[in-house]
Amino acid sequence: MTDATHVDGNALGGLLIEVFGREMTDARGCCASCGTVNPLGAMRVYRSAGDVMRCPTCGNVTIVTLVIRERTRVHLGGVRWIEPDA
Amino acid sequence: MARTAVLRRLSWTVAEVVDRIDETPRVRSLTLDVPDWPGHLPGHHIDVRVTAEDGYQAGRQYSIATPADGSRVTITVERLDDGEVSPYLTEVLEVGDGIELRGPIGGYFVWEPSRGGPLLLVAGGSGIAPIMAMLRARLQAGIDVPIRMLLSWRSGEDVIYADELNATARDAAGIEITHTFTRSAPDGWTGRTGRLDRHALAELAWAPSERPLAYVCGPTGLVEAVASTLVELGHDPARVLTERFGPTGG
Repeated sequence: MTDATHVDGNALGGLLIEVFGREMTDARGCCASCGTVNPLGAMRVYRSAGDVMRCPTCGNVTIVTLVIRERTRVHLGGVRWIEPDA
Repeated sequence: MARTAVLRRLSWTVAEVVDRIDETPRVRSLTLDVPDWPGHLPGHHIDVRVTAEDGYQAGRQYSIATPADGSRVTITVERLDDGEVSPYLTEVLEVGDGIELRGPIGGYFVWEPSRGGPLLLVAGGSGIAPIMAMLRARLQAGIDVPIRMLLSWRSGEDVIYADELNATARDAAGIEITHTFTRSAPDGWTGRTGRLDRHALAELAWAPSERPLAYVCGPTGLVEAVASTLVELGHDPARVLTERFGPTGG
């Protein structure tokens, strides 16, 4: 078994509801680098002082979340678009 | 239900521990009574937060192991000796204590009877929790969605929900449960050993032409290996849903 340390977008579901006011793990996100579309729940997430979400197809950083003094910031620089489930 | 709960606030609330069950030497299930719980689907998780005296907070996600049951929610927690949260949940919390949580959370890794099947449910270790909620929901609904369940354990003493799984495998029609042991099998075990590799999945998973809906949960290494192998075998990537909980699990 590999010693992979990442989790996936499911783990950020609570934080994303805080920001977007709705469930987002089933939202689809288009990687700005390779153009692949995946549910946010299926993206890889590397947890540290912030959480770094990466495209499972090409590894591009798609979304970064940071919580600093109870303020939550979501960087969306690596997604071309996100589309919540209908 | 996931679709009706579109716009909402997710608030922290204090739930009460109403039951504890020791599942294995390292795993304990906690049943919680949650005020104003809106109900949940199999596969949903909760965020749990513990706060130290100095204000330091640590949060973790735990899948719900039971189908909707009023205000009751059961989580199954594996104790990680170097963990910040799991030793507290498994060794300190007692019936009557409070625990801070929010939920339900999830929309991707969820199943409800209307999503149909056949279902391929794959879990490594305590990754069985959300899978078990799906199995229990299927049994509770009394529907005939066929299920194949593949469970990977390190050793015999790690098997969670053993009695319930054995009874289900014996009594329930349309449900096949396969255990495999990767380090040491129980004495007298004549079943499968080793990892859920390509050979095992080709034999035990549904044929891709049956278009199973696959849910794979466990340590990241197992989930990556199983999910990518299923796709290599010809399963539709959009029907292989995954939940990874990191290097060790729990």
